[in-house]
Order: sequence, then structure tokens, then C-alpha cells
Amino acid sequence: MSKMVPLPSKSIVPERDLDKAPILETHHLGIDFGGLTAVDDLTLAVGRTEICGLIGPNGAGKTTVFNLLTNVYQPTRGTIMLDGKITTGKSTAHINRMGIARTFQNIRLFSNMSVIDNVKVGLHNSTKESLFASLTHTFGYRGAEKKATERALELLDFFHMADLAKHEAGSLPYGAQRRLEIVRALATNPSIVLLDEPAAGMNPSETAELMENIRKIRDSFQIAIMLIEHDMNLVMNICEGICVLDHGKVIAKGTPDEIKQNPTVIEAYLGKKEAE
Amino acid sequence: MSLITQLIDGLSLGSVYAVIALGYTMVYGIAKMLNFAHGDVIMVGGYICYEIMVSAGMPSILGILAAMVVCTVLGITIERFAYKPLRKAGSLAVLITAIGVSYFLQNAAMLIFGSETKTFTSVVPSFALAIKDLSISGLTLVTIVVSVVIMIALTLFIKKSKIGKAMRAVSEDKDAAELMGINVNSTISVTFAIGSALAAIAGVLLCSTSKGIMPTTGSMPGIKAFTAAVFGGIGSIPGAMVGGLLLGVIETLSKAYISYELTDAIVFAILIVVLLVRPTGLFGKKINEKV
Amino acid sequence: MKNLKSLSKYARTNIYSYGMVIVAFVVVTIAQSMGMINNFLGGLLVPVCVYVVMALSLNLVVGVSGELSLGHAGFMSVGAFSGIVAAAMVRDSISSDPLKLLIAIVIGGIFAGIVGFLVGIPVLRLRGDYLAIVTLAFGEIIKNIINYIYVGVDANGLHVCTGTADNLNMENGRIVLQGPQGAVGVQKIATFGAGIVLVLVTLFVVINLIHSRSGRAITAIRDNRIAAESVGISVTKYKLTAFVTSAVLAGMAGALYAMNYSSIAAKKFDFNTSILILVFVVLGGMGNIPGTILATVVLYLVPELLRSFADYRMLIYAIVLIVVMLAKNSQKVKMLKDTILEKIFKKTKPTEVGDNV
Repeated sequence: MSKMVPLPSKSIVPERDLDKAPILETHHLGIDFGGLTAVDDLTLAVGRTEICGLIGPNGAGKTTVFNLLTNVYQPTRGTIMLDGKITTGKSTAHINRMGIARTFQNIRLFSNMSVIDNVKVGLHNSTKESLFASLTHTFGYRGAEKKATERALELLDFFHMADLAKHEAGSLPYGAQRRLEIVRALATNPSIVLLDEPAAGMNPSETAELMENIRKIRDSFQIAIMLIEHDMNLVMNICEGICVLDHGKVIAKGTPDEIKQNPTVIEAYLGKKEAE
Repeated sequence: MSLITQLIDGLSLGSVYAVIALGYTMVYGIAKMLNFAHGDVIMVGGYICYEIMVSAGMPSILGILAAMVVCTVLGITIERFAYKPLRKAGSLAVLITAIGVSYFLQNAAMLIFGSETKTFTSVVPSFALAIKDLSISGLTLVTIVVSVVIMIALTLFIKKSKIGKAMRAVSEDKDAAELMGINVNSTISVTFAIGSALAAIAGVLLCSTSKGIMPTTGSMPGIKAFTAAVFGGIGSIPGAMVGGLLLGVIETLSKAYISYELTDAIVFAILIVVLLVRPTGLFGKKINEKV
Repeated sequence: MKNLKSLSKYARTNIYSYGMVIVAFVVVTIAQSMGMINNFLGGLLVPVCVYVVMALSLNLVVGVSGELSLGHAGFMSVGAFSGIVAAAMVRDSISSDPLKLLIAIVIGGIFAGIVGFLVGIPVLRLRGDYLAIVTLAFGEIIKNIINYIYVGVDANGLHVCTGTADNLNMENGRIVLQGPQGAVGVQKIATFGAGIVLVLVTLFVVINLIHSRSGRAITAIRDNRIAAESVGISVTKYKLTAFVTSAVLAGMAGALYAMNYSSIAAKKFDFNTSILILVFVVLGGMGNIPGTILATVVLYLVPELLRSFADYRMLIYAIVLIVVMLAKNSQKVKMLKDTILEKIFKKTKPTEVGDNV
């Protein structure tokens, strides 16, 4: 594992990613809902091949951060930079085409479509097929379809799901649905994937396999991964940098070891000790 | 005619729309369905009143009461037999069933009462109120007064009464209301009953104004009132009232000052523009999808 | 044919749909040559084809794209009247009837498509019931406007006006559109053959679109809009694709329909017609192509054939509609159906599963 080093913005990234600018940076990001501040003054950076954790107690604003990063919500303050480009005002679909893919805490598959079609929807923007070709099934339709099918099967195979290709997505077991969401996200050819509680509802052996898979994704695709997770074992094991959120504010940033020792983090999770 | 007379006529038409729209909006708020047969309940109300008042020659008040009773029973029956079994089905299935009910009512009326237009005599004795050079017909006056009374009474009922509170609870969250011991089925029945009784009154007022009744009498006012409900924000009671009144005024003014033939196009075009600016209507709540 | 179940859904939809249309065409043609089709039945052939096209195209919006449209007859209307005007303009210069019909249909499709695009851009931002009411409103607006305009053709070309036909200022021209009376003096050039061709074209376009990259995007948006956006699919673009394609097909159907009558008024394409088509789609099974065709043919023909029961037919239709909807959504009926199917297919089921895997 590469050493974590600080940037001028006081965020840390793995040493091996230093030769290029961070893939994702936020500067003083914040959003208010009505009078309530859900996220405030969030500044962080994610290295090109970093596995980064976003943790915090329930209601800390973690998923809101993901929704901000993908422009599902428009920030009240601050900026987001993806690969050096400001993403303000872009549509969620455009953000994906720029390189951010995500999964959802409450699984959002196209449940009435087959597994392979779910992945092929993910491949949408890397498949070239005109509307005319779609309507007539000619002019490159067959070639494009064949390529998409092959690529989809390849991606499914990566997660040992190729044999499930023709099943209806909604009928898969829970764990497989979570994996399929990751495959679909990867199909969009992202430079960073946001995973929202990927291990939720999984048993220890499934979680262990997931950890393997997350590393494997990073190593084979050479992309960054940012994840929200409550399973501390998973977070401490695979994340290189961790950002802790409480009440919408960053209360700590650092390596797993630093976070484990941090008194503010311990307090946020366990509550303030009453004066004895 | 002066602008003021036009405005008053518009308010009169609009208040009838508002009363019908209340039925749409209450049912939508509570059962989350578009009750397309609502317009035809208006027609049934009109016919009952016609039979009692014109055919049997009894006093108009009896006709109105009979219309209310019959429509209330009809509304509850429709809900019980056509909509209740579909409570868990998709909204399209319910919509199609409601269309089926609408066809049924229209064609049953055609068989019973005939397809020709019958002359409806006004339930209000003809008199006119003259203020300086302004003359308002008794019917217009009664229509506005009755509608205002209905709106106030309904608002109070929903705000203060126990059933009204139950209705609001069910429209907010059906499951939670049920867990709190509210009988969802009877609450929905009551909603249909009230909506249908209001439709009966609206039907009588409408037929009194147009002086005629036929099996399709309820269709267009039904669609217009539905439009009014959406205009105001469907599910919202003040929205239905304001939407109905606005629609009536716009329609009357546009008939008088823009173009008689294009009035419907103008009314609907305004609706479209309003929805584009405020996608959930004037008083509709913005619903944020949770991601 | 012995192993239809093992084919892909795409192939099965194709075989059932095209097969049904071709068989229907052959049967009707044979019956016609044997003199078994009287004037009344013959008059229903073109409308049946038209309504099949209408239902298939609406299915693209309601079934595949998942948006409730209550104004589909509006596009039919735009297609019908633009087609009539186009046919009237080329009436003297082109002698071939099929060519005139083709021009009318193409122009009808193009105009309906343009209107669909203009309506779709703002309207598709709305959701659910709000979209439904706006499409309804749009259908009424179209009806109202067509009721208001007068069109005539003379040696100098096209004349358009409002108010009365006298405002047309024509010299020896022909009136084509006469306000509330609608189109008059239309050449009846629609044929059953043309209807079948239009149905086949529609099937080709609709089935291909559903089973393509664009179709997957449309279905994905219906299944989960937020997820579709998150994988980079532009919601507006694909909703609009479905909406405009559907409008074009409806416009073509409208033009064909209009050419089947010597006069036709805008009120023919009102809210009730939109609803009728929606009923075909819903009862045929949303997104189910062969089902839509079957439901349309049956539901269109049955009330027509029941004309001898004149007064009762629509009442019966209404009752059937309600009962079918209740039965379709009833748990008891579903269980009963499953038990019956199980009994019939008891022996074949295991092998069938084996084939599939």
C-alpha cells in the first residue's frame, strides 16, 4: 500500500497518485434544506487510484454528499471539480458521462429488465448506435449490439455473474443485486465509483468477497473508489484515506490508523462521556 | 354586458367548478385515484332532481335532497364495488375501471332517461337583484352563496371534525393512519359520500344554469373541474376552490372578450402554461423523491 | 414452430405479431373474394387497421415509456387534417390514388411528429397525473383549433382563414376544411391493403425500437428514472424519442383514417377516442405487442357487431370493461388461473424448464 501524503488543500492522497491531479476535489461544499444545513464546508480530495471511505453516524449527511457529487442536489455553497473540471450546473446524466458512477443505498436496478440488459444500459454511452439503426435494426445495429453484449458478459464475468445474464434483475438474491449495481456502474466507464453502503445486508463471507472485489476493481480498472459504509472492519481494511462526517461537517480526515486513534471520532460514535 | 356582470357570471360558473373539483381533489388526496366517473355523478344528480321536480312536480328542495341522497349512495356503491377491489392495483387499472364506470353511468342514463336533451327548469325562482344599473340573477346569486357556504363548511369539517382529521391522516400516510387505529376503508367511503353529495348539488346548479340535461351533461364540466383541481394542485382543498373560481372567470371572460369558439383552447392553454411554471399546480406540494 | 417457448422474447413477439397480421390479411382477402364480406364489415376493415396502429403507437408511450397520455387522438387529428389538405393540394396534379394516399400519410406523420416534438419538449418534464392532464388539454386544444379554421384550395394554391368560408377569397376553389363541419369532399382512397401495410410498418418500427439501445434506455427510465440518469442516460431525449415516434405513427394512422370517409369532423378525435385507445392498450397488456393487436381488434369489432343491440351495446361494453379490470387484478382469479394452467401443463412443465436453462 502506498503512503498517504498531504496536498496543499490539507487533503491526503496516496503517494503513487501524486504525479497527477486528484480525480475528485471538493472545496467548501455545503447544502441547506430550508433552514437546515445538511452538509457544510466539505473539502476533500480523492487520488486517481485511491480507495476512500466516507463514514459517520446515521444522519451525518453521507448520502447527501453522494447526491451532491452526482448533482442530484445542487450545492448551496462551494464547488466540485472532477478531473480538474468544475461540474456545477451539469445534469446527473452529464456528470456520469464526465466520469462519476454510483450505486444506491436502497438498490435501484432496472428490476423488470434482464441482468445483461441492466449492464447494457450502463454501456449506453459507449455504444454507438443511431436512432435510425435502432428503428430499422440495420446500419451497424448488429455489430454494435454484438459488441455491447460481449462487453456486458465480460463485465459480469468479472463478478462471476455471467451465468445469471438472462435472469430478471429484480428476482436476484440481495447480494447479487448489489453486485449487479456495481457492474452497471462500472459499465459506464467511470474514473471514480461511489458505493453507497455496498456491504449492507451482507453476511461476513459475502463481505469478505466484496472487499476482495473492491480491491480487484481498483487494480484492474485503475480507478478511484469512494465508499460509504458502516462495517468498520471493511472500511479499516480496504480504505487508504478516510473522511469522517458528523452533523454535515468533517470532523476528521486521515489514514485508518489515525482515524482509529482520533478522540473526536470516538466521541462522535460512542457519545460524549459524562463527567464522572 | 359590463365587465362586472361578466366577472360575476364567471364567479358563478367558477364556484360550480370549484364544488365539483372538491370531489376530485378529495378523492385524489385520499385514495390517490382519478375518479373519472365523478362528472357522471353530476349528471345523475341532475336527472334525479329533474324527475322529482319536473316530472313529479314536487318542490325543488325535495328534488335537491333526493339528488344528494341518491348520489351519496351511488358514490359509496361505486367505490365499494368498482374501486375497493383495486386498492392495491396500479393507478392505470383504477383509471380504466373509472372510465368503465363513467361509460356505464352515461349509457344507463341513456336507457332510462333517453338520449335527447330535456328542458330543466331552474331550482331557483327567477328574480333579479338590481344594484344601480347592475342586475344579478337570483340563480347566479344563489349559486355563489351556496358554493361559498359549501366551501366554508367543508373546510371547517376537515379541519375540526374527527372524521375530517382522519381524512387528512389517511391522505398523508395511509399505512401510518391505519396503525393509529383509523379505519381507512370507512374514511375512503365517507370521502366518496361527501364528494358525491357535492356533485349532486353541482349537477342541479349546472343544469339550472344551462336549462337542459342529457346523459353526457356531466362530461365536459367534469373534465373542466378536473382541470381546475389540477390547476390548483390536485389533493389540495383550497387549491380546488381557487382553481375552480379562476377557471370559471377565465372561461367567461375569454368567451366575452377574446373568442367564443376558442374558449376551451384558451382555458386549456392557460392550464398548460401554469403547470409548466408550477409543475404541481398553484397550491400543490412539491414532492422530492428520496435518493 | 414446435419450440416457440425456447425462442427469445424478441423473436416470439415478432412471430406472433407479424403472423397474426398476415393471417388476418389472408383470411379477409379470401373471404372478400368469396363475397363473404358485406358492405358493413368491409367498412370496418380500414378503421380496425387504424386503431391497431393507434394502440401500438400509444403503447410506446404508455407501456414502454410509462407515461400516461390522454391526448393521443390529438395527434391522429393533426395527421388526419394535414393529410387531407395535402391530398387536396395534389388532387389534380397526381392521378394515382395510392400515391396520393402515400403523400397524405407521410405528410400526416410529419406534421403530427412536429406537433409531438413541440408539445413534448415542455410537457415531458411533468410527471404522472400532471402529464396526463396536459396531454388531455392538448388534445382538446387541437380539436378546438381545427374547429375554428377554414381551408380551401384553388388554382393559386392554399387559402386559410377563420370565421366563415367566405373569408377564403377563392376563385372557383374547393373548400377542404370547413370549421366545425370539418373536412368535406374528401376522396375516399384508403384501402384495407394500405391499412395492413401501415400496421406492418408500425410493428416493424415499434418492435425494433423496443429491442434496441434506445428502447433499453426508454425502458430503463420507466423502471427507475434516477438510476437511468446515474448511468448517463438523458431522460428528456429518450422520453421525447418515444413520444415523437408515437406521434408520427398516430399521425399516419389519422391520415389513413380520414381518407376512408368523404367527410370528417374534428370532434371525431376527441377525449373519448383517446380513452378508447388507452383502453385497448391497457387491456391488451402494457408493452405487450401481440396482446395489444388482439385487444384492439376484439374491442373495436365487438361493439360494432353488437349494433343490433344498439341501446345496450355500450352498456355491455362498460360492464365488460369493469369486470375484466376487476378480474385481471383479483388475487382469486389469478390463483384459479394458475391452478388450471398447472393442471394442463403438469407433464410438460419440467422439460420446458430444462429446455430453457
